[in-house]
Amino acid sequence: MLEIRNLTVKIADEDTQILNGLNLTVNDGEVAAIMGPNGSGKSTLSYVIAGKEDYEVLDGEILLNGENVLEMEADARAAAGIFLAFQYPLEIPGVATMTFLKAAMNAQRRARGEDELLTPDFIKRVNAAADGLGINREMLRRPLNVGFSGGEKKRMEILQMALLAPSMCILDETDSGLDIDALRIVADGVNALRDKSRGFLVITHYQRLLEHIVPDTVHVMARGRIVRTGGKELALELEKSGYASYGEAA
Amino acid sequence: MAIVTPLKTAAEQVLAQQFANVKAELPGAGPVRKLREDAFAGFEAKGLPHRRLEAWRYTDLRMMLREAKPLADGNAATQAVRDRLSTLKLDGLRLVLIDGAFNAELSGLDALPEGVAVHALADALVSPREDLTRILSGPGVAEGDTGLMLNTALMRDGVLVEIAEGTELAAPIAIISLASGDEEQAIFSRSVVLAGKGVKGSIVEISESAGAKAAQINTAIVFEAGDESEIQHIRLVTRQPAETVQVLSLLATVGAHAKFDSFALICNAGTVRQQHFVRYAGEHTEVGLRGVNLLGGQEHSDVTLVVDHEVPHGTSRELFKSIIGGEGTGVFQGKVIVRQHAQKTDGSMKSNALLLNDGATMFNKPELEIFADDVVCGHGATVAQIDGEQLFYLMARGLPRPQAEALVLQAFAGEAVEFVADEALRDLIMGEVEGWLANREHTAGKAA
Ligand SMILES: Nc1ncnc2c1ncn2[C@@H]1O[C@H](COP(=O)(O)OP(=O)(O)OP(=O)(O)O)[C@@H](O)[C@H]1O
Ligand SMILES: [Mg+2]
Repeated sequence: MLEIRNLTVKIADEDTQILNGLNLTVNDGEVAAIMGPNGSGKSTLSYVIAGKEDYEVLDGEILLNGENVLEMEADARAAAGIFLAFQYPLEIPGVATMTFLKAAMNAQRRARGEDELLTPDFIKRVNAAADGLGINREMLRRPLNVGFSGGEKKRMEILQMALLAPSMCILDETDSGLDIDALRIVADGVNALRDKSRGFLVITHYQRLLEHIVPDTVHVMARGRIVRTGGKELALELEKSGYASYGEAA
Repeated sequence: MAIVTPLKTAAEQVLAQQFANVKAELPGAGPVRKLREDAFAGFEAKGLPHRRLEAWRYTDLRMMLREAKPLADGNAATQAVRDRLSTLKLDGLRLVLIDGAFNAELSGLDALPEGVAVHALADALVSPREDLTRILSGPGVAEGDTGLMLNTALMRDGVLVEIAEGTELAAPIAIISLASGDEEQAIFSRSVVLAGKGVKGSIVEISESAGAKAAQINTAIVFEAGDESEIQHIRLVTRQPAETVQVLSLLATVGAHAKFDSFALICNAGTVRQQHFVRYAGEHTEVGLRGVNLLGGQEHSDVTLVVDHEVPHGTSRELFKSIIGGEGTGVFQGKVIVRQHAQKTDGSMKSNALLLNDGATMFNKPELEIFADDVVCGHGATVAQIDGEQLFYLMARGLPRPQAEALVLQAFAGEAVEFVADEALRDLIMGEVEGWLANREHTAGKAA
């Protein structure tokens, strides 16, 4: 379970405050969606949860299963079960995708005191997950994300999520850049991971994704806080009426 | 206030005394002796190179060599030297220099590949060969360099390798220079590789110390690569005491339709100045000069190169990657000269450095001197830190910071290493890089 209380965050080297006392809870087994206008702080929220350093937390706390994660480095948060599918996945030239995947899986296993994966087992897992997401083997041999199309990068994020099996999955605009078929494939991949012990925070601008990944809750974010919470029908309402009223209200 | 040119430094005085003492017994008579004397006179006129000389601006040898150590004269094949030789993973012919002197016993002379002849340089210097002074002088752009002049004056030994026309080496030839490191001493050696027309193969140069006492090392290697030859030169300078001060000159003259590639890894080596002087003696030739410098502590690595496009249709590629931590200093000074007749020259020079912390420094000075009008030449020099976004991405997947950094750094160095054609050598180099990074990861992990 993820509990965020009164989260207040500014950019580290500037005065710009981006999150203004944000409260949000995602229960185990829940799929929560966040929608909100550009610049409202959705990506910032996802970065702060994942442990990016460019921000300063002025107030509030983030609890994962009751434990405050704000003091942990990003790798410790990952090992604790937090996963962020990036809005803009990074290209890492010179680092083979397979090398990276194995290093990531084994680092998390080590941090949890588990044995490292042996290569044949690792390859079997990657191939199975890749096949399910329509990622071809040739892509896995390339340097991580280098020269991948926008949609391919997003699929690679979901592949990593499937392999790392986190307990709290944050998807930042994973649907943007995906064609219609890829959207379905990725949504199926996410749905396959849904279970009662795993929470999801799905950031999106579009109702369409939520037709495939049906949320339990929809939150509206504006000016750095959650300004409204409802069920999946809230997404449909936003689709029609936009965010104009929230701009005033926030 | 009058500017006073200092009199000779203590080190310069000792060097003059040493030269006077040993010149009669240094190998070579007639033209070789004259070459030595002229070189020493040239050196004496200018003194040790210092920062007011453009080419030595960032490596002030006059400051760094407070005293000149005694000249190495022996052949100290200590147990540590033998142990190191036995653990070195290198196939093929090994030519061993200990404290700059060729050691026939430890070299695999009984198994010379076909087409390969080997002589101790000391023997070659006293032989009646007439081409020797020309070979030793190297490309014209090397003329006047005081570091090299000192080498010419005092070179005691080394190895001369002749590879006959058309020979294709099945395995690399390694020139392994070990300092015994039992005493602080000065080592002057020179090696020569003469590769005939169409020769293909790799020459590996290893520089290490078997003991803990730092040496002052001045070595040079001369390549004459014939038409249509394809030569790879790989240099690994590592496992040397931090107080080591070393000047390495590479003199290459490359024939027509040839390929000459040099790659150098510098890590755990102390203070190292590499200087590459390359001349195109024929058209349609490709030269690649590349390297990786891994620096920490007070280490210093200077790569200064002059590539002289004298003839048309030459291609040159330079790529140097530096990773600098601690209070390390990296220097890259590259000069590509394109002479008036050298039309259709294609040159590209890059130096990229990553600074790991505040105390680390990199000086980049790429220069193009272009006198021809139909050429494509460019250069790029960057100094940056590890990309924080990349690092966060890797850490968000669970990699601890030191491991995430190592992955990014390894990839950064790998971009230059991948040009080494021989797979076993590439693995050897990457192994050294990974070892350096793992050591750093370990220390960083402990500090965290
Ligand atoms: N490092 C930074 N420096 C300065 N401003 C920043 C920085 N990071 C974010 N911001 C600002 O913070 C605000 C929130 O940005 P954020 O990326 O979180 O928005 P978002 O809700 O994800 O928007 P989008 O829907 O366009 O992805 C924006 O105004 C943005 O310009
Ligand atoms: Mg965003």
